[in-house]
Amino acid sequence: MEHYYQPEIETASREQILTWQNERLVKQVRHVWDNVPYYRKKMEEQGVVPDDIQSVEDLHKLPFLTKDDLRDAYPYGLLAKPLADCVRIQSTSGTTGRRVVAFYTQHDVDLWEDCCARAIVAVGGTSEDVCHVCYGYGLFTGGPGLNGGSHKVGCLTLPMSSGNTDRQLQFMVDLGSTILCCTPSYAAYLAESIHERGLRDQIKLKAGIFGAEAWSEEMRRDIQNKLGIKAYDIYGLTETSGPGVAFECCEQTGMHINEDHFIAEIIDPDTGEVLPEGSKGELVFTSITKEAFPLLRYRTRDICVLSRRSCSCGRTHVKMSKPMGRSDDMLIVKGVNVFPSQIETVLLEQGYPANYQIIVDRVHNSDTLEVMVEMTPENFSDSLGRITDMEKGLVAALKAMLGIYAKVRLVAPKSITRSEGKAVRVIDKRKI
Amino acid sequence: MIIHQLSVFLENRPGQLCNVTELLAQNHVDMQALNIAETADYGVLRLIVDAPQRAASILREHGFIVRETPVVQALVPDKPGGLNEVLRIIADADIDIEYMYSVLGQQNGLAYMIFRVADTEKLDAVLKTGI
Repeated sequence: MEHYYQPEIETASREQILTWQNERLVKQVRHVWDNVPYYRKKMEEQGVVPDDIQSVEDLHKLPFLTKDDLRDAYPYGLLAKPLADCVRIQSTSGTTGRRVVAFYTQHDVDLWEDCCARAIVAVGGTSEDVCHVCYGYGLFTGGPGLNGGSHKVGCLTLPMSSGNTDRQLQFMVDLGSTILCCTPSYAAYLAESIHERGLRDQIKLKAGIFGAEAWSEEMRRDIQNKLGIKAYDIYGLTETSGPGVAFECCEQTGMHINEDHFIAEIIDPDTGEVLPEGSKGELVFTSITKEAFPLLRYRTRDICVLSRRSCSCGRTHVKMSKPMGRSDDMLIVKGVNVFPSQIETVLLEQGYPANYQIIVDRVHNSDTLEVMVEMTPENFSDSLGRITDMEKGLVAALKAMLGIYAKVRLVAPKSITRSEGKAVRVIDKRKI
Repeated sequence: MIIHQLSVFLENRPGQLCNVTELLAQNHVDMQALNIAETADYGVLRLIVDAPQRAASILREHGFIVRETPVVQALVPDKPGGLNEVLRIIADADIDIEYMYSVLGQQNGLAYMIFRVADTEKLDAVLKTGI
């Protein structure tokens, strides 16, 4: 029998969900209008006032928010509550090095953790389970989100954070982890390590919740077979809270969006026009319950499809497909958001030309990031030591900006491929 | 003697070094010494030629990154202990050698070596008085 964390919400009728959405949207628009001058100005420019928004049907009248708005309004411009009411921030990378900082009241944290708890119960989690969280903890939302959700469900929570595979495996065996939460690529890596060390008989895993990066059905099958578990997808972004905005159920045919907290739209990324259900387009979220950082019509840049087809799990909330791509140039590498513009910023700061190429690949189920940079007469030296010192400085600056390691490869001038005179900035060799 | 060394940035790809030697050959530039320091991805080719300015501009015209650096060319007796004599003088003068390499061939039992140091003038003076 299917279990739910909040059955009355997760299986509510369409009418009930719409009623919640209508009420909460009207209230949220008023809250934002009253407390966020930045968005109020946007509304005024568009000639919209709170009274124009009476129901979800009026949502399309509101202006969009983009990552650029988050950058412009950094750090407090979109905050809708006094700082005294906020208890937490989480952060992710922004487009040009300025990070996105999202604020949470205790109520926001509670609702976010509820969303994650729904995801854990949907994969069969109960208070009997041992939930092994190896998403990163800290500013990244992955660790804190699933950690909170796991507490709510009452699982024994292992706050492992990322890395140190030996320790991960030791705890997995010694403490009998049953639910694994991490990026799909790390899950695949752990699966291989378990296989290589012949630990398969000693692990008790039954399910995994794997998100924060794109993965294929093939990868899902591979992880499921190697670990003998069911592997589920989860979706979220720091701007709207973190993981748990949407999660997969036993059907594994898309992720239920928590519609009591988020209204989802699909738009044409070029025109901004709302597209009918079933169309492929850019996913837009409106947070209707968040207090501190309530984004209205936030453009995720993720391309996907929504479906309201009834689900055998009994949940009534709309399902989104796995993201099929991006409507901007953001890359997700090892679960971390990377914008080419961030790399460009670092190169210019370090005295390199803005002529570069980013090569992303997946080697042994782990993402690799390489930045090809053209050597210049100014940076060149007859001393190898001086060149390698500069290279190390660049690697360190990239790490500081991106949060992940990027290999730097110095190449001859004018050797970076150009098409029609314009350099091809990103080569993504990953087959996802 | 202080002379000019050319350094050329070379990517680690087949034919890169040959592209340089071909240009020099076509333009009748004579190479007297050569040394390569390499990493996994690229190398630094160091060259002593008979016409450094001309060679540098030819290479630059063809898109190479070239740097000219003063180095010291020193006479080294081509006999057991010959190099040791020179290095002893440099060590006693407390001069740090960044890198060194030998000049191709020898003349009348004499060999030459190229020394790259921070203070070229000082090394040149020390060697002149020392030998």
